[in-house]
Amino acid sequence: MSELGSAPAWPPAGCALVTGGSRGIGAAIARALAQEGWPVAVNYNGSAQAAAEVVSAIEAAGGRAVALQGDVADPQVPELVFAQAEERLGVPVLALVNNAGITRDNLAPSLTDEEWDAVIATNLTGAFRFTRRALKGMMRARVGRIVNIASVSALRANPGQANYAAAKAGLVQFTRTVAVEVARRGVTVNAVAPGFIATDMTSELIGPDLLAAIPARRAGNVEEVAACVRFLVSRQASYVTGAVLTVDGGLGA
Amino acid sequence: MSAVTKEQVQERVVEALASFGPDAADIAPESTFEELDIDSLDLVELAQIVEDEYGVVLKGEDMKELKTVGEAVDLITERAN
Repeated sequence: MSELGSAPAWPPAGCALVTGGSRGIGAAIARALAQEGWPVAVNYNGSAQAAAEVVSAIEAAGGRAVALQGDVADPQVPELVFAQAEERLGVPVLALVNNAGITRDNLAPSLTDEEWDAVIATNLTGAFRFTRRALKGMMRARVGRIVNIASVSALRANPGQANYAAAKAGLVQFTRTVAVEVARRGVTVNAVAPGFIATDMTSELIGPDLLAAIPARRAGNVEEVAACVRFLVSRQASYVTGAVLTVDGGLGA
Repeated sequence: MSAVTKEQVQERVVEALASFGPDAADIAPESTFEELDIDSLDLVELAQIVEDEYGVVLKGEDMKELKTVGEAVDLITERAN
């Protein structure tokens, strides 16, 4: 097959952009993609110091990275972040990981408009705007990788997270739809749905009762999620698109 | 922005359409997008190229009206000048 015989250089002449890349799962993804040879733009919102540490760690390991501030819920931010990433790294964004996410947990009867709107704006609308901006360059380049970080909450009810579940379930179906729209341009769009991963965001949630409900009897770690993203961004994953890869110790099985 | 000629736009549009599949030789002003097997995703990409290169914003409703290559070239040329 000629397509295999003439496999293009990989990573292609582009950079990877990870939203919410300063901490937790996002930081692990940024480091993993840098190890694969991608120059990485590490987007962060509040944690400038953590983002700088991720960049330093990548550079110390021989990679290239830049930290770029921007709240993904702000409609102006995608254009600014893409322009800065492409200017400072000198290549277009050809891999995008929509990882930035927040929780504002509350039972539905007491969920406020602010809690609902904030979670939808960051976790769903932000991912849409970054994806739309990324597709411009990826479609023209005839290659691209988009990975959306969803959640087991998109697939399995988790009381107190109606807003988060709605956003993440929306992100899953957004992923599938966009994947089908752009498949013939060589752009893949997939989702990774982590279960309970030990991070700052979940430290209060993970107790004995929860662990008993997880078939693997433990929380996951960020490297286990990053490994899945690393695969979906790889050349080898070129025929995987519209997929939702659960990384949850069997919780959703 | 300096004036863009219809010939320049025609050349760029044909180049873009050819990158979507059809042979450049088969693309004439009277060719319809349907005949060329140019679909809605291709037209979205064409609109982005036109926006980047000529600063002409073509919205979804503009594109829906377009049936032939010549109509697209005329519209882009008119908006660019």
